[in-house]
Order: sequence, then structure tokens, then C-alpha cells
Amino acid sequence: MTTQDTTERLELLQGTLDLLILRTLIFGAQHGQGIARAIQQTSDEELLVEHGALYPALQRLEERKWISAKWGISRNNRKARFYTLTAAGRKQLVRETSKWNRLTTAIGRILESEEG
Amino acid sequence: MWRRTRKASDFGAEIEAHIALETERLQEQGFSYEDARSAARLSFGNVTRVQERFYEASRWPEWDHFWQDVRYAARMLRKSPGFTAIAVLTMALGIGATAAIFSVVDATLLHPLPYPHPEQLVSVIDDLPGVGAQDVGMSVPEWHDFARSGIFEYVSPLGGGDVNLTGSSQPTRILFAAVPPNYFALLGAEPELGRSFNPEDATPGFTLEVLISDRLWKGAFASDPRILGKNIRLDNDLYQIIGVMPAGFHDPGRTAAERSTELWLATGFAGPPAPDPLRAAHFLAPVIARIKPGLTVVEAQSRLDALVASLRKEFPEDYPLQSAWRVRLVPLKQTVVGDVRQALIMLLGAVGLVLLIGCVNVANLLLARASARGREMALRQALGAERSRLLWQLLTEGLLLSLLGGMVGIAILFCAKELLLRIVPDSLPRLNEASISWPVLLFALLATVIAGVIFGLAPALHAGRVDLNYMLKQEGRGSTGSGEQALTRRLLVVTEFALSLVLMIAAGLLLRSFADLLQVQLGFNPQNVMAVRTWLPIPNDPATDIYRTPAQAAPFLREVLRRGRTLPGVEEIAMGDSAALPLGHGREDLNRYPLIIEGREAPSNGAPLVDASMVTPGYFHLLGMTLLRGRLFGEADDEKAPAVVVINQTIARTYWPNENPVGQRIKIRMPGDRTTFAWNTVVGVLADSRTESLTDPSVPEMYMSLYQRPAKDLAIFMRGRLDAAAIAVELREQVQAVNPELPVFGAQTLDEALAGTLAARRFSMEIVGLFALTALLLAGMGIYGVISYIVSERTHEIGIRLALGAQRHRILQMILRQGLGLAIAGAAIGLVGALIVAHLMAGVLYGVRPADPVTFGVVALLLIAVALLACYIPARRAIRVDPLVALRHE
Repeated sequence: MTTQDTTERLELLQGTLDLLILRTLIFGAQHGQGIARAIQQTSDEELLVEHGALYPALQRLEERKWISAKWGISRNNRKARFYTLTAAGRKQLVRETSKWNRLTTAIGRILESEEG
Repeated sequence: MWRRTRKASDFGAEIEAHIALETERLQEQGFSYEDARSAARLSFGNVTRVQERFYEASRWPEWDHFWQDVRYAARMLRKSPGFTAIAVLTMALGIGATAAIFSVVDATLLHPLPYPHPEQLVSVIDDLPGVGAQDVGMSVPEWHDFARSGIFEYVSPLGGGDVNLTGSSQPTRILFAAVPPNYFALLGAEPELGRSFNPEDATPGFTLEVLISDRLWKGAFASDPRILGKNIRLDNDLYQIIGVMPAGFHDPGRTAAERSTELWLATGFAGPPAPDPLRAAHFLAPVIARIKPGLTVVEAQSRLDALVASLRKEFPEDYPLQSAWRVRLVPLKQTVVGDVRQALIMLLGAVGLVLLIGCVNVANLLLARASARGREMALRQALGAERSRLLWQLLTEGLLLSLLGGMVGIAILFCAKELLLRIVPDSLPRLNEASISWPVLLFALLATVIAGVIFGLAPALHAGRVDLNYMLKQEGRGSTGSGEQALTRRLLVVTEFALSLVLMIAAGLLLRSFADLLQVQLGFNPQNVMAVRTWLPIPNDPATDIYRTPAQAAPFLREVLRRGRTLPGVEEIAMGDSAALPLGHGREDLNRYPLIIEGREAPSNGAPLVDASMVTPGYFHLLGMTLLRGRLFGEADDEKAPAVVVINQTIARTYWPNENPVGQRIKIRMPGDRTTFAWNTVVGVLADSRTESLTDPSVPEMYMSLYQRPAKDLAIFMRGRLDAAAIAVELREQVQAVNPELPVFGAQTLDEALAGTLAARRFSMEIVGLFALTALLLAGMGIYGVISYIVSERTHEIGIRLALGAQRHRILQMILRQGLGLAIAGAAIGLVGALIVAHLMAGVLYGVRPADPVTFGVVALLLIAVALLACYIPARRAIRVDPLVALRHE
């Protein structure tokens, strides 16, 4: 991994990190490093997630009771803090997803009409 | 604020775990451990920043900062114990004293009276402004008129005095109140045991039922549970106890004595022994009333005015035009608190000034320290501390100091409370209700916080304007402070001096008033005179009174005088009624008679009222009073001789301005009988004396012979080398040898009586004086600090001057001039303030003008002398500077 690599990736839009975290957790409990990897891999290494930025976001989501956390053991036998989506978090994910879809559709339309 | 769910260490562990997992993943891809670890760290970003964000998000940083500040401030205070001790003690003194005075103010002025709906309670006061008489008392018909008027729910005159109680464990002399049966209903008070009087009871004379106080029940009756129905004797009349009033109940009196009634008798003030209910017989006083609900005092007053106008029309003979009879309603609270209001407000103002001076002093100290800590502040600011954080920190230090001071002050107050109450004179109303209550503590806290903000702000504001570069460089050179800061400190010292001067002038004026009062020409000689009181019983049935007529009483009086004269040390002896007691008598002891002069008769109510005393012939010589004209009455003016009267110069001057009053006759009603009048011939004119009031040189007074007009409330006067303790016992034996049932009590020297009348004045003078001295001390410390600072700042310069050959006395002058400048500026401002304060104090001054040039001059000079002294010490240090040392000081 080089610095050059990272500069070519896309910066995350403000506020989208929460959505991505919730989405990632829909597949089951995951620790912070796992979430970071999952976001990067699922986006074909297109998105830049500074790993450090993840944790305050996780903390925020936990305080809003959308996710819950507990210490556990990772695949390769390491201690890690695992996050799980709560029922409230699931609802939030639905809300955020539809909001995101409406936003992208709307922005997409504007951009298309500009082109046309 | 949410609950803090995670510890920072837990968060740190999670980050550690992340980096470990990431490192492992990269190692699996074939990186070496070192490369993998550094790459994992790189992709994580700034760990510290993430931790900071966690920290900021998960707690309340302001709270944290606050605690940090508090801890830091506590450390700073611990590090300089001398400074802390001085500052805390200054504040303790200021806040403790302020809280103490406030507790008295709170109890006397701020608390409502302890009765339900106290706003409806009023005093009803009859005045005869036309003849210059106030509070002449109410007559029984007037009382009934007012009670029926529909303006009041109840109207209740209060009588009372002291009476012999027998039937308890010990015969005792107790204070009683004679009240109408509606009295307790009026006040809304219920007995804790038994029942109260029936408000509708209209028994003539006294009802045979009494209520007793909790104290009397617990004391004289040992809390007897079967107290109700018990029979007791008062002046030999039989009564039955029907109830016990609770411990918290007090009569609405002005002094401790007036409020420590131990027994209540019910009377309708009609039928024997009360005088006939004549409209002109004004003998009910004081009178209190409860206004009907819904009426304000002002509305009640206007309806009462209408009633009074119609009564004056209906009874023109009783209410002659020239007397201009009117009735005033005054909120009861006001009459109870009386004239101490002014004195208390003055004390509160004085103590507030002390607190303010204390604040200024501490601010000064803090500022001096702030200049020493300038480098620290500059450094912290240079390292990125926000200005507001530094300000808060300085404020926190100020508040912490002030809170410590406040706590110490309140602690001292708690310990010294008993002592304080002892030095406060009895005459302060409702004082026994003064306590360190919640309002007092709240007030102290408020004073503390305000004080803390005031003196915390001075250095804080200053720190907010620090020029970093300058500060750091300056500090590097070993010099301290900026010019601006020095100016602030000088301004503070000037303020301190101004405030101190105000207090000192107030104290000086009070001191001069007091000294003037002590020097006043009394017109009588209180030295070596002792008065002992006795009381002839007043049975409810006049027929059983063995001392009713002059012929019955005179032999008793002569026998007591004869026996008293034989006692060791007694050189002269005389008797009088309690009104004859110079300065030692209460208001209720006064007898005011209308002065009706032969040939200028006016209806009794149109005549001016003058105080009259009944005395035996020896009284005037015993007290050393001066006869101006005519003669005094002698033993020959006895019960069989024509009635005589001696008047004082004020009466002579007022009513016979260009005539000789000797030989004129005045008509005076007979005692115990308000309808019969007798002619008395004026036989002599006495020089005015201040037996009535120390402050008033000319009170109209007349004296009649006790042989011709007997009285029940007697005082026996003795002059000689007397042993105060022994003589009271010996005299009691002699009096009781004549009549074993008579109480003998209230022994007191006239010097004591004089001191008693001066007690309240002495108290406020001493307190204000104490405050003024404190202020002076604080101001002296303040100027000492500033001059010391200036000297230390200029050590280098002084060294150079000395090295160049400056004369040491010139240096001394230079330093002193600076101090003198500050002191004079402070004194000049203070003089203006003192002029204003002195005019506000005019009411409590005696014999001295508010703008008394002597006081102002002496005090200002004293202040400047103290300033010079305080400057001299550091100035001397300055001239002893060794030029070599000073130059190397760099």
C-alpha cells in the first residue's frame, strides 16, 4: 500500500460513513478493522476510509443505540470489539438508504439534464 | 448530558486491537512485521486526534476544564500559604461580618411578623397634632366605635405590667399583658394546651381566666400536665389557668421585655378597676387591629378618617377643634421594628464597605501575584491555551479563594454567634429571632460569589490583554509587570482609601455624637444614686385597696423612707413613681396630663399634654436638680395641705413666656378617677434636666407630691456610698417589714440606667468603629503592597541613581511622594463620598453637623498618616539598596 494509491481513491462524502457502517453490519457482527476492510473491498478499493475516522463514527452510532458493541475474539484468535446492528439501527438503515437513493437519483437527474 | 459509557482506556484498547488485526492481515499478504505495522498505523491516521475526538464527544469538556481549573487553583493556593491565609482571612472577616449583620437585618426587617396574614395587622395610634401630642392613647368609647366600624375584624388594646404571682412553686414577679378576649383571635394564635379566651366574652373588669406562656409553664409549674384549671394568685386576686401558649408565640413588642410576656389576662377595659369609659379618657395604648380581609391599609385609613370626622362632629366637646384629633394606622411591622431600621441599614452599609475593601485588597494581592505569574500565563498562551480558558482559570482561583473565605467566615460566625448576640443590645427588636438561617447562608453565598468575581476579574481582565512577546521578553529580563497593571493596582489602592475614608468618617461622626451625649449637661447627678422598685397591689375591687387615698398611702411612704434612711451608706432617700425614674423607665411608665391653666381653660382634649411625675420632697435634692424660681415642695405639703406642683423651665417658658408662673394654678385630674379635677398651685420652677431623654434638652415636665397624689408603681431612690448588692436585700427587708406582701425588685444604679439608654448608640458606634479600623488596616496593607512593588521594580533604577550620587533622603522623598499621591487622591474621592453618607446619617447623629470639619479633617489626616507609615517601610528598604547589588540585579 503506497501513498499514491490512497490519493487516487474517492474521499467519502460527509455523513455517508454512518450509512456504510450500518450497511456493512447487516451481514452480521463485525469489528472495526473488519468494517473498514469490508467497505474498502465492497467498493473495489474505490473508497478511501481513514481507519481512524471509523471509530468516532462507531462511537456516535453506539450512543444513538443504532449499534451495540461487545468485546469478543476474532477469527484469528485476537481480542476485538464486535459491533451488531440493533433493531433501531435496522430502521435507521432503511431510512438512510431510501434517503440516499432519492438524493442520488435527484442529483443524477440534474447532472443528466445539464448534459442534455 | 448522557452517561459516560466507555472509558478512554477501553477505546485505546480497541484502537490497539484494530492495528494488530490490520498488521496481521498485511503480514498474511507477505509484508514483514515492521512494514505491516507501520502501514497499519499509516492507514489508521492520527491516533491522538481520534482519541481526542472520542474524548470531546463522550464527555462535557467544560466540566472537565472546570475541575482542572479548580484542582490547579487549589494547587496554586497551597503553594503560597502566606498569600492564601491573608486572602482567606480577609474574605472570612468581610463575609462573616456581612452575614452577621445581615442575619440581624433578616430577622428584624425582612421577616414578616410571625402571625397569619401579617399584612392585615396595624397599630392604631391616636394623635392630637393640634397640641403637639402623638400617640396619646385611645379611649374606651373610641375603641368600641372602631371595633364596630366594619373596617377591622378585631381591635385590641394591650395593657400590662408586672405582677406578683403566687400559687406556683415560688412567688415570682412576672410580666403580664392585659388584653381584650379577642386578642388571640386577632393575632391568629392558638394555645398549645387548653383553650384561648372567648372573643365574645364581655365580663366587666378582668375575666378570671388566664393563659400562661410555655416558659412559665415549664419553669414555675415544672410542665405540670394538670396545669389546666389550676388556681393562681396575681396581686392577691384569684385566677384560673385555662391554657398554655406555645413556645414560639410572642406578643408583637418592640423589645425583648415587651415580647416576653408570661401571662395573659383578659379584660374588656370596662368596670373596675378600669376607669369610667369616658371619651376623653385616653388610656388605651398601644392598640393593634386586624383590618378586614380585602381592605388595604390605605383604604382602611380613608374609611377611618371619615369615621373620625363624624365622631368629631358628634362629640365636639370631647374633640375640640384646636386639638385636631386624628387616628393613624401604621403597619404593625413598622411599629415593632421602629427606629432601628436606620441604624441597621447603616450597619449593613458599613459592613458592605468593609467587604468591598476586603475584595479590593484581595484583588490587589491577586494582581501582584498575577504579575509574578505573567510568564506562566504568557507561556500557556504561547502554547495555545485559549484566552477564555485562562480567564476562567483566574476567575476560578478568585472564586475558590472567596469560597474558602466565606466558609471560614460562616464557621467563625457559627462559633461566635452567642458572643455576637451578647454584644448586641437588648433594645434591638426581634433579635432573639436572629439566627444563621437559609436566607442568611444564601446571602453569604451570594456575597461570596460576587466578591470572588470582583477580585478574580481584576487579574483575569488583565491577563486577557497580555502582549505575549513583551511579556516573555520582559520576564526574561527579570523585571515584572506592565505599566498598565501598575496603574490598575494604584487605582485599586485609591479606591480602598476612598472607601476607608467614608467608613472612618462615619465612625468619627458616631464617636463624636456619642462623646457629645456623654458630655451633655444632664441637669441631674446620677452618681452614687440607686433606684429600687416596688409595686403596691391593685386589687380588682378598689374597696379592698389599703393604699387608695393619699391619707392611706402617705404613712406607708413615710415609714419606708424612715426605715430606708437607717440603712448603711444611705445619705439621702426619696421616693417617686416609675415616671420619676430618670432615663430608666419605659414608655408605659409615663403619665401624661393635660395642662389646663387657670383663666385659660380649654376642654381637657384641647390642652397640651405634659409628662408628670409624683415624688417625695427629697427627690429634687437627691438628684441635684436646680431650682430657678419659687420653692420646692416640702414635708409640709402633705396630704392635708393644698395641692402643689413644680414645673420645669420648658413649661414656664412655653406657657408663661412673660409672666412669673409661681402662684398660678393649673387643673389636674385626680388619679384613678378621670372625671374629678383638682387645682394645683405652681410653687416653683426647676431648671430643665434630661431625665426624659438624653438627646432632647427641653421636654415639658411637672412634678407633684407623692403624698398628695399616691401612685402604685413606686421607685425608691437612695444616694450615698452604697453596696449595690447588699442594699437591695436590706431595702427589701425594710419594705417587707412594713408590708410583707410587697415585691422589691429592679435594683439599678442611675449610671447603669444611663448606660442602658446609650447601649444601642454605643453598639452601632463600636461596630462601625471596628469596621473602620479594619478598613484602615486593609487600606494600609494595600498601599504597603503597592509601594513595595514599586520599590522592587525600581531597585535597578534606584541603584543607578545612588551610584550617580543621589541623596538617600531624596530617594526616600521620591518614594513617599508616590504613596502620598495615592493616599491624597483616595482621600479626596472619599471625602465626597463621606459627605453624601454623612448626610444620610444625619438622623442618627447628635450634636455634630454631618459635614463636621473637625471630623473630616482629623480623619483625612489620620488616613494620610497611616499611608505615609505604610509607605515608609518599603521606602526605607529602597534607600538601603546597595548600588552594586542593585546594578548586578540584572
